[in-house]
Amino acid sequence: MILSALLVLVAGAAAAPLLYRWMGARAGWVLALLPLVLFLALAARLPDIADGRPIAERTPWIPSLGIDLAFRIDGLALLFLLVILGIGALILLYGSGYLKGHPLQGRFFGYLLLFMIAMCGMVSADNTILLFVFWELTGIASYLLIGFYHEDAKARSSALQALLVTFLGGQALLAGLVLLSIATGGSFSLSETLEQREQVTAHPWYPAILLLILFGAFTKSAQFPFHFWLPGAMSAPAPVSAYLHSATMVNAGIFLMARMAPALAGTELWRGLATTAGVATMLAGALLAYPQADLKKLLAYSTVSALGTMILLLGLDTVLAVKAAMLFFLVHALYKGALFMAAGTVDHETGTRDVRVLSGLAKAMPLTTAAAVGAGLSMCGLPPLVGFISKELLYEAKLAAPYIGPAVTAAGVAANVLMVAVGLIVAFRPFHGTLNHTPKPPHEGKWTLWLPPLTLALLGILFGLAPGLIDRGLIAPAVSAVRAQETEVTLKLWHGINSVLMLSIATVATGFVVFRLRHRARPAAERIAQSGPGSLGPARLYEWLLEGMVQCAKFLTHTLQHGSLRGYVGVAVSVMVAVTGAALLRVWSPAALVWDFSDLRPYEGVLLIAMIAGAVFAALSNSRLAAIASLGIVGFGVALVFGMYGAPDLALTQLLVETLTLVILVLVIYRLPRIASRSTPRQQIADAILALSAGAVITVLLLIAQNLHPEPVLRDYFVQNSLEAKGRNVVNVILVDFRALDTLGEITVLAAAALGVGGLIWLRPRRKQPEGGES
Amino acid sequence: MESLFLRTAATLIVPLQIGLSVFLLLRGHNEPGGGFIGGLVCAAAILLWGISRDFPTARRLMRLHPTTLIGLGVLTAVGSGLAGSLLGLSFLTGVWAGSIPWLPFVGEVKLGTPLYFDIGVYLTVIGVITQIAFALEEAD
Repeated sequence: MILSALLVLVAGAAAAPLLYRWMGARAGWVLALLPLVLFLALAARLPDIADGRPIAERTPWIPSLGIDLAFRIDGLALLFLLVILGIGALILLYGSGYLKGHPLQGRFFGYLLLFMIAMCGMVSADNTILLFVFWELTGIASYLLIGFYHEDAKARSSALQALLVTFLGGQALLAGLVLLSIATGGSFSLSETLEQREQVTAHPWYPAILLLILFGAFTKSAQFPFHFWLPGAMSAPAPVSAYLHSATMVNAGIFLMARMAPALAGTELWRGLATTAGVATMLAGALLAYPQADLKKLLAYSTVSALGTMILLLGLDTVLAVKAAMLFFLVHALYKGALFMAAGTVDHETGTRDVRVLSGLAKAMPLTTAAAVGAGLSMCGLPPLVGFISKELLYEAKLAAPYIGPAVTAAGVAANVLMVAVGLIVAFRPFHGTLNHTPKPPHEGKWTLWLPPLTLALLGILFGLAPGLIDRGLIAPAVSAVRAQETEVTLKLWHGINSVLMLSIATVATGFVVFRLRHRARPAAERIAQSGPGSLGPARLYEWLLEGMVQCAKFLTHTLQHGSLRGYVGVAVSVMVAVTGAALLRVWSPAALVWDFSDLRPYEGVLLIAMIAGAVFAALSNSRLAAIASLGIVGFGVALVFGMYGAPDLALTQLLVETLTLVILVLVIYRLPRIASRSTPRQQIADAILALSAGAVITVLLLIAQNLHPEPVLRDYFVQNSLEAKGRNVVNVILVDFRALDTLGEITVLAAAALGVGGLIWLRPRRKQPEGGES
Repeated sequence: MESLFLRTAATLIVPLQIGLSVFLLLRGHNEPGGGFIGGLVCAAAILLWGISRDFPTARRLMRLHPTTLIGLGVLTAVGSGLAGSLLGLSFLTGVWAGSIPWLPFVGEVKLGTPLYFDIGVYLTVIGVITQIAFALEEAD
């Protein structure tokens, strides 16, 4: 059922451009039905999964390697799937309005569905290799989506940056997963691996496995110092930012950690790595977010901070922290998705995203305002929104953390204070006050632009007022899956007056003060960004590495592919002489050579002399045509030798290839000028030495080879078995039957080479006058 | 390169050459020959036609563009491999089905995927050689 559901989405993605051609932007409405139906179908299975009966299925894919299309939807996968499909349906709706009239909108829907397939596949995969495949597919789909405005150079480079950074992590992840599979006895089955916690954590490779897998998770979830690709990815259209960079893709790393927790968590190394990265990212994201003026940048950096919080919680590794992490994932997806969409609507209807310009939009855009304020209050953690419950739980988990409780709580409060300020800047500032002049006169967007964010904001209020809707059914099964044991979760809006509530009140109050101070903070932040340390960030390192790689590739290409045919042949022959010569020296002795020419027949001698004469004449000739003709003598001589010694197929082939080479060379020669200048005497001497030593090495090799009489195992095998393959010509039977795959590879190479030659000649820029020299 | 001798000779030789190439292709499984050699002979015939008359004429003689021929050839070879896959055997396993008891010059021809594969090789080789030769001839 899961596989067929994915295939339905694939069909949707493939049909998207056609559907768009047929019905325009409304294609988005139709396509949104696909994830909606899947969402409802899954929601109907919710009680089953909450009772601990996951949906599982398995279809063989590459059985010889133990790689199956195995899927398993447990509590954790279900939580992520519902978010991916639910928000996905809303995003398709929103995208139909946001990109209305864009000529490539149909393709956009296709990319979005492709991304959705990758995410759904990744969270429900029950095979580590399958998980990796879908993991990388999310990266490819996000590359297409971030670079959707492909005429914009910045969008292209941001897309590439996101792709490279997350692919770097992907490579580490693959290595980690393979090591993990070896450490657990060679199985790629995820559910089997997760049951072997003792074996994994005691294994000597455990630190390497953990480091590699966490590296993958950290790059994907934009953890410090890999956070820089996420704000860069804001060149994407708003629906993409709302979907990929708040609700889904950036949470893939969180998912990976949660998924792997049963096997990998519970050690000091896990706690140390994840809490360090989490705290650093949480603070860095919040500090970088606060002084931004662009709505999307504000949201992007605050997402970085939120991702840090989730990694920190998973790193704390207590039941309470995991509860907080799972709830915060849901809450964050709801409010951040809504805010990104609201920001996109504001941009769409006013023409700017600058919070210094935007003001007083509430009257013109009441519904967007409602969505933004609803989501913003949840972000600030005010009751009665679900964000409040989530923040209470966050503080409770941090306070209760063993040893480091006070430190992480302090860091958490600091980050949350800044988040409250950012929440106010994003969700309050643009709508409050008097109307400012904007590039476009502000007005409310179409229903597709306000309904999706408003839906998410209302869900935030609904879950806040009635947390019973999600705690037992949705959050508890997810926590149980992460902790690998049955866990109860009960959420309440009101906990009574306690230290956590005090912290919450202090956070909001301080956040409001910080919000008022924003005008002073911005110039200061700009000064820091432009001065020394600001310009030395990881983004600079990335650029430097990328530039270095390109330079290195250029250098190598210029060194190896210099375009001089003499150089290529010289290198090839020198290597042959050096390697073969070195091997020959080890078996060398005068006695090893067989100098026995007694059975040389006269006509063979004549042939040999003709070939030698041809070679000498070719080397000395001053005319290309004469040189080619004399080389032809050598070639036909070789064909005769093959024929005489019982290899008719080889002789025929050599004869034909020789003929055709002659014809083709003649075609080329006509276009070349006369040989303008010959090599200098010194070069000629060097060439002669190289040629003679090559000849000497081959001669010695052949003379020594006379002594060797290997057992004719292969020959007998082929002769005996070729009749079974219904052929008497062993050479041909080998070519088309025994080794047909090799032949297939060879003709494919030939085909590619011919297409390349055609392309090079037909597509090159025309030159007025043929010019050229010896090459 | 107009030459009456060459032209007259080509008129006689080229049909023989093409016949020879098919002969070599079909008997390849038992006697010297096969798709590669047959393809080379056929390509040589087309080039001879081109040199003795002109290359546009040789192109028309081929009916198909060399690139199309290359694609057809590789697809034919892959297709012959899929026959094995469809029967649950591994890719490219030979599958035989009957034979033609007698053809002029060739004798018995056994029908099976290896022959089909060889036809793919034959087409690819013709396409590759003519593609390169035509491209070089037209280049300036």
